[in-house]
Amino acid sequence: MAGPTLIPAGDFRTSYAADTTVFPTATSRNAMIAGIVLICFAPHVLNEYSLSLLIQIGIFGIAALGLNIVVGFTGQISIGHAAFFGFGAFTSAYLSNRFGIPVFFCIPLAGIVTAAVGLVFGLPAARLKGLYLAIATLAAQYILLDFFARAEWFTGGSVPASAEPFSILGFSLRGDKKYFYVVLAYVVVCYLLVTNLIRSRDGRALIAVRDHYLSAEMMGINLTKYRTLSFGLAAFFAGVGGALYAHYNQVVSNEGFGIDRSIIFLAMIIIGGLGSIMGTLMGTAFMVLLPESMEWLSVALRGSAIDQFLGLKNNIAFLREMAIGIIIIVFLVFEPDGLAHRWRQIKAYWKLYPFSH
Amino acid sequence: MNTQLLIQLLINGLVVGTLYGVVAMSFVLIYKATQVVNFAQGELLLVGAWVCWWLLTKYQVPFYLGMPITLVFMFLFGIAIQIVILRPMIGEPIISVIMVTIALSTVFSALMKWMFGVNLQPFPRIFETQNINILGLQVQTVYLMSLAVSLAMMVGMAWFFRLSKYGLAMRATAFNQQVAQSLGISVKSVFAMAWAISATVSAVAGVVVAVVNGVSAGLSAYGVKVFPAAILGGLDSVGGAVLGGIIIGLLENFAHFLDSEYLHWGNLYEIAPFYALIIILMIKPYGLFGTKDIERV
Repeated sequence: MAGPTLIPAGDFRTSYAADTTVFPTATSRNAMIAGIVLICFAPHVLNEYSLSLLIQIGIFGIAALGLNIVVGFTGQISIGHAAFFGFGAFTSAYLSNRFGIPVFFCIPLAGIVTAAVGLVFGLPAARLKGLYLAIATLAAQYILLDFFARAEWFTGGSVPASAEPFSILGFSLRGDKKYFYVVLAYVVVCYLLVTNLIRSRDGRALIAVRDHYLSAEMMGINLTKYRTLSFGLAAFFAGVGGALYAHYNQVVSNEGFGIDRSIIFLAMIIIGGLGSIMGTLMGTAFMVLLPESMEWLSVALRGSAIDQFLGLKNNIAFLREMAIGIIIIVFLVFEPDGLAHRWRQIKAYWKLYPFSH
Repeated sequence: MNTQLLIQLLINGLVVGTLYGVVAMSFVLIYKATQVVNFAQGELLLVGAWVCWWLLTKYQVPFYLGMPITLVFMFLFGIAIQIVILRPMIGEPIISVIMVTIALSTVFSALMKWMFGVNLQPFPRIFETQNINILGLQVQTVYLMSLAVSLAMMVGMAWFFRLSKYGLAMRATAFNQQVAQSLGISVKSVFAMAWAISATVSAVAGVVVAVVNGVSAGLSAYGVKVFPAAILGGLDSVGGAVLGGIIIGLLENFAHFLDSEYLHWGNLYEIAPFYALIIILMIKPYGLFGTKDIERV
């Protein structure tokens, strides 16, 4: 799970405030603020295509963050995350279409409704652990997908539901360039929220449940409460991500919320690093860019011997699926702590350069 | 009430259920021996069926040769998976092991789609398909064949575990790894053998399904149906898995009957096992015959 943070020798914390600070050094805080300010200029610099990739990273990053709470921080297993993501998308579209609630409020509301559903499916977590729980969430995935296909009043059945574009105080934020700022705001808020959650009593309780649930229980942590709560939290962020996704595409169809999407979410947090908040974003970026770079590679290789052998043009979808599976296996076998760990090592290497200790 | 349809569907359920039972049995075998929850069980069926199909259609190998070649291949394939992928994962947290098998299932299903396409391919005819009349019911011979093969596999498995030396070693390992090791059992080879046998048995089930319905990517759905079956029977009970499989098969078809005759909700056939799964997990998580974990949460 989370590896040790590399703090230079002699850096002793003398107060609890110093121990639980969000940024370990002033430089890291300034770098983060500078990074967010810099990325605000992205819509003016990048083309539509890169911008849409950034938006996707943001949206999926929020949902993956939720999954990281339940898997990375609480140590439970959820294989049904995409269904919650889809539930959030449909809920937000339904709320804005049916009741005329402004989209601005629909997104957090969708998160709350999805969280309620997540709590219901988290109830088995109260009694089960480990692989039994994994199987329960697998069932949740199939049951929710079946519900989407069945509940025509809610999802439109086979006809995709339409979702209103995002608007604030009457100003409609249509188009990628404006929507980018909406997603960015949500990403910043969600990541700050979770960072602070982990610093709080509840966050520490979640980590205690992961690390040693018996000891946690002995110290007075209500296991049932925190296991179920982690599912609710995960579903909340999945719902927010799904709602953003719905208003981004402005149409929600039944496709794309299946088990393969759940596996991609799991891949994001495993590649990024279980129990690492910034790692989640790195893993998401990796998983969003992987299919794109494969697409790009297949174009670059067109007509070459490799292309002839693999039949890239027709089979790129299968190769992409295979690549996802292989990447997961490679990371689990060789880098179980994910990109976040690798990033820390790179940072430590340059900090200590040219002496390795 | 349409009794004719009900009985027909229940027979259907019995046939499909025994197949679920066989797959669940091979799933439980891996879980019991190596503590790995194999999410790629359905893909083992798929690989077995495609390999057999490939030998029979592309190379025109007769069935009595093609089948043993497939089984030998799957045996080695199972060993290879265990040694290359699962062995380095020993001692890792459950989530990692589960993720590896999920990733394996993604890789295999994509690989099979890539190699053989996504369309349903009919299996070369091996048996003459005809209907025979049993007690006034029309039953296809392939169904009887499927039932017979499934039962034979179950009996074979029972014999293997009860009477053979290797089966005894495997049971000992499942019971207590360290004690088994101290008695001179090679736990490594038991692990590999568990995967090998599981893959082989799954391949037989895969070929049986392929003979009845043809080969397609949809075959891996059997791997998902394994979970309701295995949980119902108890995750570490081989006999329970068989019974669980049969019950799930019957339940599925009974749900289909209720749906088509009375409820008309549609698609209940597909989803009923998962509702059953949630209910079982809520009220009796260790299943009918599973070992109760004393340490309650």
